Amino acid sequence: MAQSSLFRPSLATPSSPHAHGSGGVGSVMGAVVIGLAPVTLFSVYLFGWPALFLLVVTLAAGLATEAVLLRLMGRPVRAHLLDGSAVVTCLLLALSLPASTPWWIAALGAVFGIGVGKQLYGGLGANPFNPAMIARVMLLISFPKELSTWPAVKPLFSGSALSFSEGLRVTFGGDKAPALPPDAASAATPLGHLKTELTLNRTVDEILAEGYSHTQAIFGTFSGSAGETSALLVLLGGLYLWWRGIIDWRIPGSMIAGTAAMALIFHVYDPSAFPGVAFHVFNGSLLLGAFFIATDMVTSPTTPRGQLIYGAGCGVLTYVIRTWGGYPEGVSFAVVLMNACVPLIDHYTRPRVFGKERAGGPPLGSQE
Amino acid sequence: MVEHEQRTPILPALFHGGIEPAEHKGLTSESPIRRLPVPAVLHVPLKQHIGNPAQAAVQVGDRVRKGDVIGKADGFVSVPVHAPTSGTVTAIDDYPAPHPSGLSAPTVTIEADGTDEWTDLDPRPDYETLRPAEIRGRIREAGLVGLGGAGFPTFIKLNPGPDRPVDTVLLNGGESEPYLTCDDRLMRERPKEILQGASIIAYTVGAKRIVVAIEANKPQAISAMLGASAGWPQIEVVAVENRYPMGAEKQLILSVTGREVPSGRLPADVGVVNQNVGTAFAAYRAIVHGEPLIERVVTVSGGAVAEPANLAVRFGPPIETIAAACGGYADLGRLIMGGPLVGSALHSTEPPMVKETNGLIFQTRAEVSGAAALPCIRCGACVEACPVSLVPNEMYHLARNKEFERVQDYDLFDCIECGCCAWVCPSNLPLVHYYRYAKSEIQAKEREKEQADIARRRTEARDARLQREKEEKEAKRRAKKKQADGGKAEKESADPREEAARKAAEKRRRMRGEASGEAGTEQAGGSGDAAAGTDAETASDEPNQR
Repeated sequence: MAQSSLFRPSLATPSSPHAHGSGGVGSVMGAVVIGLAPVTLFSVYLFGWPALFLLVVTLAAGLATEAVLLRLMGRPVRAHLLDGSAVVTCLLLALSLPASTPWWIAALGAVFGIGVGKQLYGGLGANPFNPAMIARVMLLISFPKELSTWPAVKPLFSGSALSFSEGLRVTFGGDKAPALPPDAASAATPLGHLKTELTLNRTVDEILAEGYSHTQAIFGTFSGSAGETSALLVLLGGLYLWWRGIIDWRIPGSMIAGTAAMALIFHVYDPSAFPGVAFHVFNGSLLLGAFFIATDMVTSPTTPRGQLIYGAGCGVLTYVIRTWGGYPEGVSFAVVLMNACVPLIDHYTRPRVFGKERAGGPPLGSQE
Repeated sequence: MVEHEQRTPILPALFHGGIEPAEHKGLTSESPIRRLPVPAVLHVPLKQHIGNPAQAAVQVGDRVRKGDVIGKADGFVSVPVHAPTSGTVTAIDDYPAPHPSGLSAPTVTIEADGTDEWTDLDPRPDYETLRPAEIRGRIREAGLVGLGGAGFPTFIKLNPGPDRPVDTVLLNGGESEPYLTCDDRLMRERPKEILQGASIIAYTVGAKRIVVAIEANKPQAISAMLGASAGWPQIEVVAVENRYPMGAEKQLILSVTGREVPSGRLPADVGVVNQNVGTAFAAYRAIVHGEPLIERVVTVSGGAVAEPANLAVRFGPPIETIAAACGGYADLGRLIMGGPLVGSALHSTEPPMVKETNGLIFQTRAEVSGAAALPCIRCGACVEACPVSLVPNEMYHLARNKEFERVQDYDLFDCIECGCCAWVCPSNLPLVHYYRYAKSEIQAKEREKEQADIARRRTEARDARLQREKEEKEAKRRAKKKQADGGKAEKESADPREEAARKAAEKRRRMRGEASGEAGTEQAGGSGDAAAGTDAETASDEPNQR
């Protein structure tokens, strides 16, 4: 046994465990992107070129911001860009904006979301608020007009589709954009339409009788932000994430249940002033929020009970803002508000530790 | 297989979380236990257990027979070490220890004479004529320690005391660590002996019932144990769910008996004594044949070793020798003693095989996960996986930020370091490493505080003494002055220094017990009220046996 032939590890010999399950941050984020793919592609189909330009602009601005800030902070740029978290943030932001959003607003949102919402707090894992939602809330407050002007549905390959150059003008033309055909300019989302009409002393039934149907809401041919369109495709993506084990049922389940429970209570109380459960669930970005936004790992609780509380809070707040707030949709505000409660929720919902009365408590069977 | 599954339903894991890592057991599960020929030179460390190292009981040049005591137990938490073969002691010196530190430790080197001659043995097949205390003594003298991996002296576990009535002996055949199959093979090949060992243990602790718990992925072991248990009405063989860390003591007890061992307490507090199947086998050899513990079965496996195998090996051959018996290795990236989830990575193949060595895993470079750590993304996978229901991500942040007070509030000392959290972590964070760091920092701080207290007490004692002497002088002076009887002031009887020294020694002993119970299934954090002796016991055995 010659001493020189003995094994000397070239690699570090850290402490156990010496085995690791498959998957990494990149694969988590990759799964989210795959889950978002159906609704993203559908939105491009539905709104045409501007939706695609919006995606490109948001991603480019967000990734550039991430790269510059990582470099400034002396962190490994490549490793962090490849973790995919910035891609997910930008994708979610783009999906929450109207397809007709001018490029500079989208870019500003992405720079703000990544720069202020994420990197200023310390980067991946350190941000208390969902960066995409912080950016959307900032834009909504700063540019209420642009953020609530929804383009009419103009599917690609259909007669009404915008041409490439028309699309360019929508996204990049700014105020100098030539007037589009009048009906191309805007359309109301069902939530927005209902909110406006309810102020005119009409009943829910009357309003919804004018061309609204759940089928359309589910398949997504109403206007809205890209991610608000097809409830079915969002659900599909969400189920994919659940199947992959990236998310569990607690946050989406409790968030949808939260909104649904509120909707049920008030609908039963006064059906003429409060639409029913299905309307609230299939419209707006509740499903997108429940499966893709509120489930953002960094900004949601890690304890099982905490996730239920947080999800229910998001759901209830969404309903409250939709019904009594100034905006027709409340998911982004609801999520940001609940994000702020996460440390508190996590602290008070720690699971009971093995052999103890409770987390941090005395051993089982002992007198306090 | 199907047959026994019908007879023995699979008990589900009743603990929270857990993981299902790739098993890699197929590499060795079909390789029968093979005996490694006794090598020419054996390096036998004097510490192969938790507790105080044994004290060398031989001199260089002495001739020893197989089974002779070469190291005497030192103190309560300690066991003797025996000569694994007959031969001559050629050195008593420091030799590389099988420890992740890569440091050396006192070791007796024996050159084998090839006769392998036994010392005088005292077999007691009639063990039921012995008193339980005598059996415990014999088990201690035989050097028995938990063979699941941590090496806690067995005799201590067999002495739960009169206020802890034990009704069940739980034989741990969980072996949920990947790669390891040594217990599986032993159960298949020596089921009768294992059950006899279990009966000896049950007799010693006064338990009426024996339960053998085996993970469902070992159907042949289950069949073999079932077959061997026919005609023993007090023995029950149960299959348990395949879920790591099923082999962890408290997790297994909960799943099999439904009893939850309170934090900081012992299995005996819920009426259970838990022993690894290998330990039961060794107890049988020790009592019925009178043989001390000088060899064990080890699984040699991993992608880098040419012929993975289960070997019965005497203690002392360098790992290099054992690897050579398995066709050698190539492209070695990491050498692990124990399983990959709680084992320790060794720096070289020079250290010897010891009592705790249940596995030697030779991982290739490709098998070593080399991904860089990313920040925690709070995904909560660790919270879901923790078999103790801790919040590992918070503990990580607190440990990293050196918030040692708060990390204890997050039940740091309940962590069993099983590695589930780090295994699932998508950011590839070395979570367990941070917990160990925090634990050792906290223990070091406590030791420091203890030292400071001792110093303070010493100073106080000195001040008191000086004061007393002054007063005595004064009294004498006064006495002289008054020309009274000249009676001396009485000396105080209790010397505070002596008291302080005694306390310090006691504390040191406790700290050692805790620190060496490093895998810490039951760290002493929660048992500050217990007496010193019980504290040492709380450093539970067999955390490695998962």
